[in-house]
Amino acid sequence: MLRSIDILKETPSQTAGPYVHIGLMPNSCGIDGVYAGDLGSALVNEKTLGDRITVSGRIFDGADTPVRDAIVEIWQADSAGLYNSPSERRGTADPNFTGWGRSATAAEDGVFRFETIKPGRVPFKDGRMMAPHVTLWIVARGINIGLHTRLYFPEEAEANAADPVLLRIEHRARVETMIASRNGNDYTFDIHLQGTSETVFLDI
Amino acid sequence: MSIPSNDKPETGAFFGRDRTWHSPALTPGYKTSVLRAPQRALLSLDGTLSETTGPVFGHGMIGEQDNDLIHNFAKPGESAIGERIVVHGRVLDERGKPVRGALLEFWQANAGGRYRHKKETYLAALDPNFGGCGRAICDDDGHYAFRTVRPGAYPWPNGVNDWRPAHIHFSVFGHGFAQRLITQMYFEGDPMIWKCPIVNTIPDKAAIEQLIAPLDWNNTIPMDARAYRFDIILRGRRSTLFENRLEGN
Ligand SMILES: [Fe+3]
Repeated sequence: MLRSIDILKETPSQTAGPYVHIGLMPNSCGIDGVYAGDLGSALVNEKTLGDRITVSGRIFDGADTPVRDAIVEIWQADSAGLYNSPSERRGTADPNFTGWGRSATAAEDGVFRFETIKPGRVPFKDGRMMAPHVTLWIVARGINIGLHTRLYFPEEAEANAADPVLLRIEHRARVETMIASRNGNDYTFDIHLQGTSETVFLDI
Repeated sequence: MSIPSNDKPETGAFFGRDRTWHSPALTPGYKTSVLRAPQRALLSLDGTLSETTGPVFGHGMIGEQDNDLIHNFAKPGESAIGERIVVHGRVLDERGKPVRGALLEFWQANAGGRYRHKKETYLAALDPNFGGCGRAICDDDGHYAFRTVRPGAYPWPNGVNDWRPAHIHFSVFGHGFAQRLITQMYFEGDPMIWKCPIVNTIPDKAAIEQLIAPLDWNNTIPMDARAYRFDIILRGRRSTLFENRLEGN
């Protein structure tokens, strides 16, 4: 008999459900005193290097209704393009920047919001530079497995045009779904789960 | 070229996700998925630095009672009502390697099946001494443990008479953002598991069984709490053999 290679199976995902805030952001839903604060509520402090920006947006379902019970997490490089992670071997990231944030979409209007910095560029596997981007991960009731996507910056047209990930998108009109809109230092990134402007989601 | 070791963080890309093992996005038996399931094909990528890296959470952030749901919301000297249980296990990757330092966050209904949440309308009573959240960080062997009360089953609006089996929600951070996972743990022997539309979004019975924690009789604490064992598997990484990487390792 052919000898098998022992590989375990990944634990199957299940929806985060309607009460995900109890587990991930208890202070935001009135469960005070268990943790000092909600994890991921601050990416920056007063010493963080780089250009301060905000990223906010909404998640729309297939009926164009904002999803008001989601949690969005972001993960991004610091202003020099380094990740604050032990797997980052190219250098040491800004110790005043966590790189990771978590926001609930608001119960009233479905808006998520992050105060962060504009990330630097990070190389693709073959050494080409990727355009500056923020990685997003979205979970909610009705989403069976968390959705990954990326936010790119509209003022980086040249870098975006050469970005090895954006270049992989066959239907070029869909590239726009990964590019935020800008108003000064404030960026808006709306996510569409379905429809003609469905966001490009990644299997990574 | 690097030799994976415990001393040096790994940098390889993760094994491709077996999406046939997970629920598809669109599962009409679970009605909320119908308007929230992406309909286009996902863009498949071999992980870049943006996915092979991820945040780490030090043991320092964990408070003494974070993994004790019986007491972490209770008034001094009081405790949550319900069947006392210990839930423990290991977080491993697909290669069987412990994921040291993995952060687990968990949340659940109280013993009556009621969540402490303003949108929750189930008529079962709130327990003034139960908040319903906890967290833990895995040790060097990937082991974690917490204590809680066994959650109750609860009804939910989907079909006319759908009930969730008793379950605990888990959120898991491994070492790379591509490993990020949220799932639910069920209890051995619960007949409700097989009736649940959310459980049944998972196509493969063996995959569902991976979410069912067996009673761990030997770790039951006499005169105190029964134990359940729940091991969690995160995606494994390729070793970086023969891969020329910019960073020179
Ligand atoms: Fe639940």
